[in-house]
Amino acid sequence: MLELLELILTTSLWAAVVRIATPLIFATLGELICERAGVLNLGIEGIMTIGAMAGWLWVYQGGDLWGGVVFAAIVGMLFGFLHSILVVYLGLSQHVSGIGITMLASSISYYAYTMIIPFSTTPPKIVAFSAFEVPLLSSIPIIGGAFFNQTALTYLAYILVIVTFYVLYKMPLGLTIRMAGENPVANEAQGINVLLIRTGAVMVGSALMAIGGAFLTMSAFDAFYFGMINGRGWICVALVIFASWKPGKAFLGAILFALFEALQVRAQLIGADVIPYQIFSMMPYFLSIVAMMLVARRAAYPKALLVPFRQGDRI
Amino acid sequence: MKKLQFSKICKNFGAVVANDNISLSLGEGEILSLLGENGAGKTTLMNILFGHYISDKGFIEVEGKRLTPGSTKASLDAGIGMVHQHFTLAENLTVLENIILGTEPLSRLWSKKKLAYKKLEALSKRFGLLINPDAKVADLTVGEKQRVEIIKALYRDASILILDEPTAVLTPQETIQLFKVLKEMVNAGLSIMFISHKLNEILEISDRIVVLRHGKLVGEVATKKANKELLAEMMVGHKVTRPAYEKLEIGKAVVELNNVCLNASDGTVGLSNINLKIHEKEIIGLAGVSGNGQFGVASILQGLTHPSSGEFKLFGQSLIKYDPRYLTKSGVARIPEDRSKEGVIGEMALWENFLGEELRSKAKSGFIIDKKKAVNNAEKLIQEYDIRCEGAFASTRLLSGGNIQKLILARSLSNNPRFIIANKPARGLDEGAISFVQHQIINAKTKGAGVLLISEDLDEIFELSDRIAVIFDGKLQGPFDASSLTINQVGLMMSGEMKEGSFNEA
Repeated sequence: MLELLELILTTSLWAAVVRIATPLIFATLGELICERAGVLNLGIEGIMTIGAMAGWLWVYQGGDLWGGVVFAAIVGMLFGFLHSILVVYLGLSQHVSGIGITMLASSISYYAYTMIIPFSTTPPKIVAFSAFEVPLLSSIPIIGGAFFNQTALTYLAYILVIVTFYVLYKMPLGLTIRMAGENPVANEAQGINVLLIRTGAVMVGSALMAIGGAFLTMSAFDAFYFGMINGRGWICVALVIFASWKPGKAFLGAILFALFEALQVRAQLIGADVIPYQIFSMMPYFLSIVAMMLVARRAAYPKALLVPFRQGDRI
Repeated sequence: MKKLQFSKICKNFGAVVANDNISLSLGEGEILSLLGENGAGKTTLMNILFGHYISDKGFIEVEGKRLTPGSTKASLDAGIGMVHQHFTLAENLTVLENIILGTEPLSRLWSKKKLAYKKLEALSKRFGLLINPDAKVADLTVGEKQRVEIIKALYRDASILILDEPTAVLTPQETIQLFKVLKEMVNAGLSIMFISHKLNEILEISDRIVVLRHGKLVGEVATKKANKELLAEMMVGHKVTRPAYEKLEIGKAVVELNNVCLNASDGTVGLSNINLKIHEKEIIGLAGVSGNGQFGVASILQGLTHPSSGEFKLFGQSLIKYDPRYLTKSGVARIPEDRSKEGVIGEMALWENFLGEELRSKAKSGFIIDKKKAVNNAEKLIQEYDIRCEGAFASTRLLSGGNIQKLILARSLSNNPRFIIANKPARGLDEGAISFVQHQIINAKTKGAGVLLISEDLDEIFELSDRIAVIFDGKLQGPFDASSLTINQVGLMMSGEMKEGSFNEA
């Protein structure tokens, strides 16, 4: 127990936490924006995969790092657009379309990867983003070195939490996005094009998911692996609920999950000879479910989530 | 000058003609009522005006300018405001957010909330529409939500206001309040179109009345020259008779609730100490605004919910097992509130729906449904109750509301029940169907059944009931003898303003 407490007070643990949390922050914000507009995006897992692939590919082909981020975002947007056509314009099942997008995007990623690098046993590496120490802030004890000695993408994630909050709650645009998820008919009755708002939200959300994926290949690691998203997308879907669809809470949720994850890796090293390591690997997921039961039971979910809107329907 | 002019509007939905060559106009400062049964095309016409639908033929002019069809935005910009029958509000957002939605350019970097507060306050004062701008819409009463809908239109400086069945959800007192506000607005120069099928209200509020039937404009009268009988006949196309009330010698008690309580659960009001006795050959009207405990009472009486304390005596015996199947079998019939959700299964054929409540008793040989017998029985009932459909094998969801209600009546009343729970049996039906439903309920009473009639429509309650009870916030007042009450008193009790003991029980 004491060992665990000591662990929590180390900068290296928190640095790992932030590293694990960053892609989750991006993708959770992305999913949150989609769902706020009333669209569940289960394409998240696949969009993260293809984002990881696209960002890596851009740099591998000689492009610069930020170009890779932008390219990943654009590819993510395209898949978001495809999802929108299916569920926003055609009103098809959001679950089915989302899972389809995940399978399609993942398969395309792996296919493209094997086409480009046919005979490689070790994945080729790129030069990833390097850490950047923020003056002053990084000298805060324990936390400072963890939160403010990261790569640029992590700082972008922090900024996006604030931007998402600001847009959703302070701008007229955010109000219409939230209204699209609460009562699209009310939106239309005020002269706003619901389909456009929803499509926009899904595309922007998908772009964030793709950047979250790209973080893995361009910042956390420096190569693309098969199965590297490894369920992170699904975790983000749960985190949105944990966060009660609020950006600030989404940030905290991502950090909390990352803390579980980081702790379990270290706990494995300490307790490996007593308890099988699978138990530890299981803990973050188990604890997430418990946390969700405690926190999100009374969450006010967007009322029109999953409900398609058709213009000119008989009301 | 004419404020608004409809010219030769036609609109079809598939084979259904919703609007057939309708032309009408609205003058400045006028209240025009649009009267018609359900499905007469009133709402369709208004949805064309508001840009939800595009008319097949014809056009609309606002102050002489052609209105772009199919664009809500164009209609809003032309100064048209609509108070929808089903409010277009987001429950999880605040009043202010609901009102300012869409009034600001989306590219603006921050909402000018301070200005919005000011404008809202000025409007509230001017028209007597008080509302807390920071309240969450979900926490408002129905009357307050409607106020928000009206303010939403006024906030956009609407000069033409459309109200689609605005009184359907209001108590009599709230209706009076609403009418005051409407008069105020007309004085301020607004023009109003008022859609309803309640004759009393139309006669009270409007300057001129236009009647629609089966999508056609069938008549237009100045309100001064109109009366109830004339309007009813214009609306239905022939004379309609409501059943005459008859007092019968009451029999034994069929249902007795003694000190029944129910704990409040998510979103529904609890019940406290309900005492109610219903006899054979009597109809008890349970009046109240929706959501004041009617749901709990109906659930207990159908055996769907176990009361948290108290006793429910059915046909003289204390009920121990709360099981809807047992209740149905022992002679309880139900006419559910939401007929298409709780009453029938739309995707199934009529004959299957007729089996709905008696799958285990009738039309069964061993484990297998005796389809032939079931279909025969269905066909007999279809004839007997004059259900307009394409036969026993037709899909039930294709039926109109009135015919679905007939199906439910046929299913439950053909077994000669001893107790009937009729939950808003006439809701959303047109005059013809209402008269049919009421005749059936009276018939059942004559045959010896006890009836609990749950309704918000006080006209209906007074027309049918022997005794009237009022429910407010889970507490019951009465039942009182119907002849000793006035509509006004019941209205006050419904809004909780007249407390128990303020007049003597009859």
